Amino acid sequence: MKRKEYLWAYLFVSAPIVGFLLFAFIPLSYSVYVSFTEYSGYQPPVFNGTDNYAKLMNDELFWKTMYNTFYAALGIPIGMAVALGIATALNQKIRGIGLFRTLFFLPTISSVIALTLLWKWIFNDSYGLLNYLLEFVGIQGPAWLSSERWAMPAMIIQGVWATLGINMILYLAALQGVPKSLHESAEIDGANRFQRFFRITVPCISPTTLYILITSTIAALQDFPRFQIMTEGGPNYSTTTIVYYLFQNAFRYMSMGYASAIAWMLGLLILVITLLNFWLSRRWVHYE
Amino acid sequence: MSNTATATGAWQQKKKAGEYVSKTLAYLFLLTGSLVMAIPFLWMLSTSLKEQGLEFEMPPKWIPESFEWSNYVFVLTEANVWHGYLNTMLVITLPCLVGLFMNSLAAYAFARMNFPAKNALFVMLLATMMIPGIVTMIPTFILFKNIGWVDSWLPLIIPGMFGAAPGVFLLRQFFMTIPKELEDAAKVDGLNPFQTFIRIMLPLSKPAVITQGLLGFLAGYNDFLNPLIYINSPEKFTLQLVLASFQGEYTSQWTYIMAGSVLALIPTLLLFFFAQKHFVEGITMTGIKG
Repeated sequence: MKRKEYLWAYLFVSAPIVGFLLFAFIPLSYSVYVSFTEYSGYQPPVFNGTDNYAKLMNDELFWKTMYNTFYAALGIPIGMAVALGIATALNQKIRGIGLFRTLFFLPTISSVIALTLLWKWIFNDSYGLLNYLLEFVGIQGPAWLSSERWAMPAMIIQGVWATLGINMILYLAALQGVPKSLHESAEIDGANRFQRFFRITVPCISPTTLYILITSTIAALQDFPRFQIMTEGGPNYSTTTIVYYLFQNAFRYMSMGYASAIAWMLGLLILVITLLNFWLSRRWVHYE
Repeated sequence: MSNTATATGAWQQKKKAGEYVSKTLAYLFLLTGSLVMAIPFLWMLSTSLKEQGLEFEMPPKWIPESFEWSNYVFVLTEANVWHGYLNTMLVITLPCLVGLFMNSLAAYAFARMNFPAKNALFVMLLATMMIPGIVTMIPTFILFKNIGWVDSWLPLIIPGMFGAAPGVFLLRQFFMTIPKELEDAAKVDGLNPFQTFIRIMLPLSKPAVITQGLLGFLAGYNDFLNPLIYINSPEKFTLQLVLASFQGEYTSQWTYIMAGSVLALIPTLLLFFFAQKHFVEGITMTGIKG
């Protein structure tokens, strides 16, 4: 009787488990091996020890793309703060909340390609929308995407805009779970609006903050399609992210071994940062 | 007595005034914010209807003098957007439907059934969410290349049909909240686990399943990376690849690019509009549990 139920259960979970073994576990194991080989994808891989990793350490471009990736990640805290601000505003009894929610959510449901093509144009220095608007306040806008200095800030602005909706929804959900009684008693005790926000609201929603922080860090470290469309990594590699560099090595220069080494460096980095985030979170995340 | 009453009254009045101020500020903030969110889309719409050559008129005209619907006709027929739509639909139907079904089945088993190594298997599955997909990108490509799947739709269709960790996780969270008595009753009635799942659990969990279905659809519809890696022949391009190729082919013809972008948005916008309630609730739920 019990055994029959086990069989049913194994049957039920079999598809994702088989999928995991075929499309995650086998490729994962193989990629460790490939990272220690020279492999073009056409000829069989040739074992070359730690050569790829040694090359990485001395590859200036690799370090530059690493720096770029972290520079781009500056958008995360900015985006989170803005999303929290909007969610706080939306957390009041406000007319048209559905419309606001939809508007902020629009980029989340749009195709990344359509959005980036759109923004590519907004950032155009001679006929783009942004510089046109800046002119109104008397600012001569830079050549955003074709300037080494401004290309990354432009990508950060676009990234914040594009991820605002999903973070806003998550924060809104968290805010609605903050007990009203806490706010009321603090108010009677004479705490002002700011004190209540930072002493009650912020700690209460800290689990959601951690969730957003971790998922957006992982996403930011792997970000690249929008870079490929908007800047193609330029000018002068100023917007080449690690993943874009990995992609170029694998599919443009066909050095699969080297690209696998980059992938594992990035994978380890993401793992370390995620664990660090969890470890640090014990200091600032409050679970009830 | 009366003293306290006036004090409370003043306090309440002050509170009311404060609320009024904060609400006004909130509205201003939200209006500015949503304008910033909407302007790019409005510009996209407006440009898609402009006459070629008038895209960059300064000052910009938000409402074109004559609506050039021919831009849409062009991108639908000549510029392969229609073809891209069709290809995308062909590619995502099976993974969306079959994958969703597999996800729900597995999620139900993980939530409600007992079997040896249950937790180990679940943790193993969740591990795929922790390991960046980038790490498996190259060997998966090599695997598909060796079995001759490159430049076909198979790499986009087959893996998705097995279901995947995020979907299993989300649905499991939901199944855990359904009262157990219903299942016990089914058992007494002599239903086997599969029948219980189909007749009792699935109908009860419609919102969660719809949400997961939408998330799967959005992910498949907007996927750019996988088609980019696996598809080379233009006639097999999915919608996202067609859009991306626009910027090479119609470099200066922004009216076409924007018309294509508007068309790409329509299906997801419609889906979101009709399923907003389920969609937002589903995300909210994972947000809290995650």
